[in-house]
Amino acid sequence: MSLAYPLIISALLFSIGVFGVLARRNIVLVLVSVELMLNAANINLVAFDAWWADTLHGGQVLTLFVITIAAAEIGIGLAIVLLVFRVRGSSDLDDLGILDERTDVPAEAP
Amino acid sequence: MTGIEVAFVLLGAVALAAGALAVTTPRVVHAALWLAVALAAVAGCFLVLSAELLVWIQVLIYVGAVVVLVLFALMLTRAPSGPMPPTPRRRLVAAGCVAAATAVVLLITTLATLGGERIDLEAAPFGTAGEVGAALFTGWVLPFEALSVLLLAALIGAIVLTRGRGRSEQRDQEGSR
Repeated sequence: MSLAYPLIISALLFSIGVFGVLARRNIVLVLVSVELMLNAANINLVAFDAWWADTLHGGQVLTLFVITIAAAEIGIGLAIVLLVFRVRGSSDLDDLGILDERTDVPAEAP
Repeated sequence: MTGIEVAFVLLGAVALAAGALAVTTPRVVHAALWLAVALAAVAGCFLVLSAELLVWIQVLIYVGAVVVLVLFALMLTRAPSGPMPPTPRRRLVAAGCVAAATAVVLLITTLATLGGERIDLEAAPFGTAGEVGAALFTGWVLPFEALSVLLLAALIGAIVLTRGRGRSEQRDQEGSR
């Protein structure tokens, strides 16, 4: 199998994730897009593992580690999202401008 | 194009289409469900690339746990089940430009350097649980153990973040009454 197919699919999936991170306003959906980007990286790792015919399975073990870290990341991330929602009453990124230096950001949520 | 390449490209196309729908659909719950489809298709790609153990882990952790967690988070943040207001056009254009630039850079660099290479799937050792487990516990023990500590820390952190604050808030409210 040509190595080009995994590379193309992975690059496009990563760009879709980038688009989602930049275009989405809901925090949970931004995290969803980050998961897509991590999966794009995983496809590359597994493809290189098969390409190299690695007996130590560096690519697949690293993919395992990435999946673990992604699970930890989404757990902590969603905990923070729930906390933000509880404190600020919103899960919209545009409402969370409290650390922004600009003064023209929309008024804070009560 | 061999049969295995056709299978891989089809699975990849499903992953890309579901991913694109997950980041563009105006309904938040649908986005999480399209994410499940995309992750399952990526699991299929893993299977074509002879990573059997990773397929099961992907299905268990991603399609099982992560998607359910995302759905719960959407539910708990009272995400509207109807369509969200449309994203401003300026932001869509900017995001699309950055995403297209990323795609072009990644495609050019990876295809120019490695595009001509071929994967010999016959020679690649099949990533069964035994094979990957042996590699994991001979060459990768230290990172594996470090990761278990990381997971424990994340677990405790998530519990502290979501529970501890709620209780202290309740106490504050009771104190102010």
